[in-house]
Amino acid sequence: MIASELKVAARMTVVTLALTGLAYPLAVTALCQALFPWRAAGSVIDVAGRVVGSELIGQRFTRPEYFHGRPSAAGAGYDATASGGSNLGPTSAKLRERIAADQARLVAANPQAPGPVPAELLLASASGLDPHVRPEAAAWQVPRVAAARGVPSTVVQALVVRAVEPRTFGFLGEPRVNVLKLNLALDAALGARSRATAGSRLSAER
Amino acid sequence: MTVLGWIQALVFFAVIMALTPPLGGFLQRVMEGERHVLLRPLGFLERLVLRLAGVDPAEQSWPRYATALLGFSGLSLLVTFVMQRVQHLLPLNPQSLGAVEALSAFDTAVSFTTNTNWQGYAGETTMSYLTQMAGLAWQNFVSAAAGLAVAMALARGLTRPASGAGPATIGNFWLDLTRATVYVLLPISLVVALAFASRGVIQNFSPSLQLTTLEGETQVLAMGPAASQEAIKQLGTNGGGFFNANAAHPFENPDPLTNLLSMLLIFAIPAALTFTFGRMAKSPRQGWALFAAMSVLFFAGLTVAYGAEAHDHPLARVAGAAPGAGHLEGKETRFGVAGSALYAVVTTDASCGAVNAMHDSFSPLGGLALLANIQLGEVIFGGVGAGLYGMLVMVVLAVFIAGLMVGRTPEYLGKKIEARDVKLAMLYTLVVPLAILVPAAWSAVAPHGLASLNNAGPHGLGEILYAYTSAAGNNGSAFAGLDANTPWYNLTLALAMLAGRFLMIVPVLALAGSFAAKKAAPPGPGTLPTDGALFVVLLLGVIVIVGALTFFPVLSLGPIVEHFLVGAGQVF
Repeated sequence: MIASELKVAARMTVVTLALTGLAYPLAVTALCQALFPWRAAGSVIDVAGRVVGSELIGQRFTRPEYFHGRPSAAGAGYDATASGGSNLGPTSAKLRERIAADQARLVAANPQAPGPVPAELLLASASGLDPHVRPEAAAWQVPRVAAARGVPSTVVQALVVRAVEPRTFGFLGEPRVNVLKLNLALDAALGARSRATAGSRLSAER
Repeated sequence: MTVLGWIQALVFFAVIMALTPPLGGFLQRVMEGERHVLLRPLGFLERLVLRLAGVDPAEQSWPRYATALLGFSGLSLLVTFVMQRVQHLLPLNPQSLGAVEALSAFDTAVSFTTNTNWQGYAGETTMSYLTQMAGLAWQNFVSAAAGLAVAMALARGLTRPASGAGPATIGNFWLDLTRATVYVLLPISLVVALAFASRGVIQNFSPSLQLTTLEGETQVLAMGPAASQEAIKQLGTNGGGFFNANAAHPFENPDPLTNLLSMLLIFAIPAALTFTFGRMAKSPRQGWALFAAMSVLFFAGLTVAYGAEAHDHPLARVAGAAPGAGHLEGKETRFGVAGSALYAVVTTDASCGAVNAMHDSFSPLGGLALLANIQLGEVIFGGVGAGLYGMLVMVVLAVFIAGLMVGRTPEYLGKKIEARDVKLAMLYTLVVPLAILVPAAWSAVAPHGLASLNNAGPHGLGEILYAYTSAAGNNGSAFAGLDANTPWYNLTLALAMLAGRFLMIVPVLALAGSFAAKKAAPPGPGTLPTDGALFVVLLLGVIVIVGALTFFPVLSLGPIVEHFLVGAGQVF
């Protein structure tokens, strides 16, 4: 009994592996490449022929003229080869220090901001690649971005309002703003600042 | 908590309830070899698989059924292990990843063949595309199919009249495995994988994509065949992520719609199987009674978890952040607190283990609800097949206890529950606490256990407890701060997973064989009805008391004490 069942088991191992481990994913790949090639390849955004990111994957923003996303625990921050959260619980001293440091930095960098810091700008996402912030957190950064770009707040505020993505069907998920897309809209409307090149030199030296 | 958050949860549950009769009926027809809609288009595939594998389609006794299942699982384990060890020699490895370290490969092979999908590694930097699909996604299919097979075997034992002639049989493992794969898991996965890809889940064999961000930094995007794996990972309640961040990663779960679809997939088969069982018992109410008990526990867990997570993060509040955002550490903005708490409850109820938020960063009471969901035995809908057979074991215990209380011979569906059956049920029940509490206690005092902690204080105990709970419950989610990729954890977690799968499946199959041999007596005036509200309450009582008595002491040292320390502002 044991020998005959093991013989079937060996053949079944090979057959199911070929069917579900090879044929199935290859078929899905072929269909996806035919039906949704842009999505299947990572939803990348081209600007003037240059890939600047994926609309689904958050990026690190530090300059005052751009909106900033949430703290990231992925590698050194928004490292898309090392996704993950901080995994720190609410009794973690490490987490308390990180929040206090971010809080002080954000308050100093946003002197004209209305009201206290929005909580998610202090709280890291699960993936470390969260492309979104809540509309409140974008609105909170408007005075800083407007001042850095030398334009009235209302101009930037209008772009934020336009960037808000509502809940799906009105009840699924949360309203949100895609930070990369908002920053691209800013650049498109107000022009990329010339300091952008200086910034890339700086990061290369780092 | 918000009204919209609850609407999201209720809509999710309403869809599951609506899907249960049609899908449950379909499962019954497929697994019992009756006519069904996919027989004509896919029948050739079933015949091909059976012929290539050389299957004898005769009915099997329970020892033979168990031999087939254990033989197949053992070989699967071996192949998955070897594939990881030699992945650097095989194709579809554009990042030139090396062989997976031996103990980690063993842990992962055990994890995927036991339908646990505990992950001690980071997917994007460890596993080649071939390993991901031909090793891990393959096991996602067949380990789920094997679970469904076992549930069908037990259901047959309970609902079939005894044949009289020859030894009692419980079905044929190879037929069950093949039918579940060909008619259920494959076609649904194929459709859902395309739906996922249309929303942004990636599916390619490209090497990582390097780009320059808007601020001039270099960002490297990990690529791979994720959509095909994502679909079966949810449908088979496996849960192993393509990426380290699992379903929190935007390439695995890009928006609230894919989030809802994922949750529906996780619950679909486990919920439908209650209806399948009712069909087989020729009394749909028997199935709905199980569904009702599961639903009560689901909503209890959801209320606790969502209620806890809706509070603002205590450390952000202390720092003076604006109120109203909720407990967002370790959660994605697009899902928010409601979408994350619901997903976490679904995934821990259903033995899935996919995560769209980091459970380690949950509030103490939120984390407690997740732990309790698993510790109750993965019977709240539970894993594919595992949920139904786990719940039926609880039913056997509940009927037995009720019989003791009124002094009558206990019977279920007309079949007498005797000493041997209760012993088997107790064997099943004792495996989980044994596989959780012993290694967790060891890890909590040994240096090689404590060295892996990411959080100190009671939350550290929670990390250890969650790891073994998840392994023994074949769940696979984690308080992921714990560095489980060490020799100690790889080995002991693998043992806990093996115990939580096969030490439970064998008694279930023995139980199936035992019931299959019993004649069903027509119900008399003294029979306890097992399809009404009274029985549901009794069943819930047994589940909660067994779970609570076993785990309350250790929970009170972990999340419960942590809850009070958070209130006092204590950090470690």
